[in-house]
Amino acid sequence: MSLQMEQHEYGTPMQRYWSPYAMNGGTGLAVSGADFAIVASDSRLSEGFSIHSRDAPKTYQLTDTTVLSCAGFHGDILALTKYLEARLQMYEHEHNKKMSTSAIAAMLSTILYYKRFFPYYVYNIIGGIDDEGKGCIYSFDPVGSYERETYRAGGSAGSILQPLLDNQIGFKNQQGVVKTPLTLQKAVQLVKDVFISAAERDIYTGDSLVIRIITKDGVKTETFPLRRD
Amino acid sequence: MSIMAYNGAAIVAMKGKECVAIASDRRFGIQAQTVGMDFQKIFEMGPHLYIGLPGLATDVQTVAQRLKFRLNLYELKENRQIRPKTLMSVVANLLYERRFGPYFVEPVIAGLDNKTAEPYIAALDLIGCPMATDDFVVSGTCTEQLYGMCESLWQPDMDADALFECISQSLMNAVDRDAVSGWGAVVTLIEKDKVTTRTLKARMD
Repeated sequence: MSLQMEQHEYGTPMQRYWSPYAMNGGTGLAVSGADFAIVASDSRLSEGFSIHSRDAPKTYQLTDTTVLSCAGFHGDILALTKYLEARLQMYEHEHNKKMSTSAIAAMLSTILYYKRFFPYYVYNIIGGIDDEGKGCIYSFDPVGSYERETYRAGGSAGSILQPLLDNQIGFKNQQGVVKTPLTLQKAVQLVKDVFISAAERDIYTGDSLVIRIITKDGVKTETFPLRRD
Repeated sequence: MSIMAYNGAAIVAMKGKECVAIASDRRFGIQAQTVGMDFQKIFEMGPHLYIGLPGLATDVQTVAQRLKFRLNLYELKENRQIRPKTLMSVVANLLYERRFGPYFVEPVIAGLDNKTAEPYIAALDLIGCPMATDDFVVSGTCTEQLYGMCESLWQPDMDADALFECISQSLMNAVDRDAVSGWGAVVTLIEKDKVTTRTLKARMD
């Protein structure tokens, strides 16, 4: 009996690759004042050179006084916001009250760090009203490092927006100016201006701008058109 | 690690009304370590003509020297000053000669035409692909930040004072959000009958 093996032609080895992550772009921005906070984001959802949606704002209202902005991988954004809403409802049932902005920020940090070695690929910024009625902003990295700030830009055009905010809100590199407190009207105008600039240079930012204005009376929403190309 | 970001740099040029300005940071570093805070990145190429060279520091100095050499040959042969647009062609040619082993610099040119006093700014990539614009050009390790600042602060037909303020604010606020550039800044303002170079008091951290 002869054992004859069939001869196969083999090509060069090929490596298959798959990533659990995608980058869907998007820019978030939050600014706080004495008695208000603004959370804004663009509404474009992209991947590579294609636009999936022109109407996908990345702001999520969590309570009457807290709004979250998320940019990064849209799949993780959906998973994270869904889980956050569940946790907020659990808190409400357990404690018979809404969660404060600072408590939401602390909780989000632990939620993100819980997935330290398989992170949510999401850049979060929380804006809202704190326990004293003042405007507050909390910014996060994808694994839960967080900090309270007065203004912050994040996501794909974060580095385009941030220096201008430093200059115009933080009065950085300005000498002999009166550091006037930020008014709501000036803040909204500034947010529009910086997003127009970002849409000009960042392909992942555009279509329209959604501005959420948070005061003690609740959240008002304003939309503003941006470049669509 | 990108070779373009090994030493760190930020350069910007802007057009104004009958004037142009070019500005750069002054840091010389090796990755995160700062070595010098008086490194020259902008070079005079004529009475109303300057070139900024961000990128690998050794190539910055080599390109500056080789360019000066070619410029001297041009001026001896032609017996006249070079025009900004011609300088751009010389730079493009110099860089493209090294197409497959490039100098790691992305130059920015700013100047006034020596006949018409027409403002001219342009930027090139490391293999000499030129881009002339009528507003501003940026180059270096914090281009995103510079674009954000310039896109918001720049407006057409600024006079010399407004242009100086605009370019200074754009550069300083941009480099403050970049870890490998900054540590001082220098601005050169070019007008028809006056060239002013100022060093700015900036954050040194």
